[in-house]
Amino acid sequence: MIDILKDPINWIGDLLSTWLVGLGLLPAFVTFLLQLLSAVILATTLLLLTFILIWAERKIVARIQDRLGPNRVGPFGVFQTVADLLKLVTKELITPEGVDRLPYNIAPLLTVAAVVGLWGVMPLAPTLLGADINVGVLYIISIGAIGTLGILLAGMSSNNKYALLGAFRTVAVMISYAVPMVLALLIPVLLSGSMGMQAIVVGQRGAPYFLLAPVAGIIFFVSSLAEVGRAPFDLLEADSEIVAGYNIEYSGLKFGMFFVAEFLHAFTISALTATLFLGGWSGPWVDLYPILGTLYFLIKTSIVYFVVIWIRGSFPRIRIDQMNALNWKFITPVALAGLIFTAVAEKVAVELELQRVIVHLGSSVLLIVLIIVVLGIYARITRRQAKAPAIAG
Amino acid sequence: MIPLSWYVMFSAALFSVGLYGALARRNALAILMAIELMLNAVNINLVAFWRYITPDYIAGQVFALIVFTVAASEAAVGLALIISIYRRRNTVAAEEIDMLKW
Amino acid sequence: MLSLLQIAFLVAAFLTIVSAIMVVTTPSMVHAALWLILALAGAAVFFIILNAGFLAVVQIAVYIDAIAIMIIIVVMLTEGATRQQIRQVSKTWWAAAIAAILLFVGLIAIFLQTPSLIAEAPALVMSQDAILEDLGTALVDVNRYIIPFEIASVLLLAALIGSIMVAWPLVKGDKKEEVEA
Repeated sequence: MIDILKDPINWIGDLLSTWLVGLGLLPAFVTFLLQLLSAVILATTLLLLTFILIWAERKIVARIQDRLGPNRVGPFGVFQTVADLLKLVTKELITPEGVDRLPYNIAPLLTVAAVVGLWGVMPLAPTLLGADINVGVLYIISIGAIGTLGILLAGMSSNNKYALLGAFRTVAVMISYAVPMVLALLIPVLLSGSMGMQAIVVGQRGAPYFLLAPVAGIIFFVSSLAEVGRAPFDLLEADSEIVAGYNIEYSGLKFGMFFVAEFLHAFTISALTATLFLGGWSGPWVDLYPILGTLYFLIKTSIVYFVVIWIRGSFPRIRIDQMNALNWKFITPVALAGLIFTAVAEKVAVELELQRVIVHLGSSVLLIVLIIVVLGIYARITRRQAKAPAIAG
Repeated sequence: MIPLSWYVMFSAALFSVGLYGALARRNALAILMAIELMLNAVNINLVAFWRYITPDYIAGQVFALIVFTVAASEAAVGLALIISIYRRRNTVAAEEIDMLKW
Repeated sequence: MLSLLQIAFLVAAFLTIVSAIMVVTTPSMVHAALWLILALAGAAVFFIILNAGFLAVVQIAVYIDAIAIMIIIVVMLTEGATRQQIRQVSKTWWAAAIAAILLFVGLIAIFLQTPSLIAEAPALVMSQDAILEDLGTALVDVNRYIIPFEIASVLLLAALIGSIMVAWPLVKGDKKEEVEA
């Protein structure tokens, strides 16, 4: 009998399963029922968590911009999001004339489903995991790109040229930034030797992978920000760009679903960065009291989410051509170089029997020096070309 | 529990549906979609035979992986061709693209 | 009494075949692309039932996230031609239907003569982790499948360069057409 304080959720699960099997159901069916119940509870908790996320974002961005933020509805404005949700729910669902009904109605569902589905493989504690599949990282990549499909369908089915343009730009950016994101995701896989999420977190017991490969962590973080469409990459749905992009023809709760999906996606990539690069649920005393793992996970995710909000409040928006140039000319080559350096460092550390952390730190420092040198050469060439007038055309 | 014959019948049915689509549709994009269905049927067949006949010899999965690669590259080139033909001839019907440069 | 796996197989098979039939019969290209996505997801379910989890996730990542999105984008770009109400199904569709049915019947007739197809699934000796590791090692092992692997990479490179060159925007010498955007 597991002590209730150590691992309450598994204790409740065991209690329910013994009671249901005692009622006479088949054990396989009881397992299926319990998994269904836990999926429903997880999804509901996440969707309710967005209340706090949106409130926190508005307050923090407001403080960065030297104002107060919502402070009327409830103490410190906590119920502001509830009021917004009530407003969205009571709005009329206007369907414009000439839209294709099937993609128009499916698109918000796909976008929310893609984000909630990512939490199925997120390790919340040493013993708390939705599905411990051994290709968890690849699952994240594929389910994450179903959100891209939702946005494409949304822009395409609205009978509106600007929505279509916005959707094309969004899909182009998302597909482009998926390349360095996948390359940066491969580095924790290399370092831990497995694609399963639980194995990656267990492999970070000694040192979090952010120490071993900081460049990969930053690249993953930045390209995930671009994938979600958060500032400074929020050209995709900002109000002043292409009239708010792919979701202009959506009103009421359908728009609310896009809204919720975006904030939840930002929280999800913070959770992914915390799991893959900061150590997930690992921390002191986590073997004795597995429920502490969830606490550490939430703390690390909140820290990364705070950095996301901080970046939003501090940087100006980037143009679409600057976004594409940044991706293909800078981030993807750096990600490729990081992958090669990490692979070589791992092999060197194993063959020469050196301390793994020090070899990887050395390779990261070497990579950063290389990036600075190449950027310096590029800057010098550009400066020389700007000084000398162009002779040919 | 599930005999191999079920998988074989299912992939034969999927392949036949894809064959009908490739032969009966005029739109080049629809033909491409039917070709993807046929490739998927072949993949399921390969992996079913790997699982049932030689589960400890990984060649079946490698074959299926190479088929994925070929399908992806063939879809990319086919779609690029469709866009290019649409830009020049303003049509995507496969039977109207029957003349070389005039 | 059907076991859970058999119910899953039958449901997935029904879903995939119905989606495939809808792909080849619906007149709207956009709806055909959506039904294709459903058929591809059904195929991924089959890979999971067959204990090939890696291939299932690769199927979703390659087909749905790359090929299906490309098809939808090209459908959007060529919308002008398809909205002209050209006949979507050719005049000799009955010949295609007869050919497809003949092929299906012929394949089933051949299969039913092979007795070993009634076999049940043998137990897996390797765990899922071992299968995954074996797959990865087999693709780069010098004595095994490195040559198909390298050739597939060259094929992808050729497709990448080729499709960019083919779909390059019109330059001055070509016939000017209004590109729908």
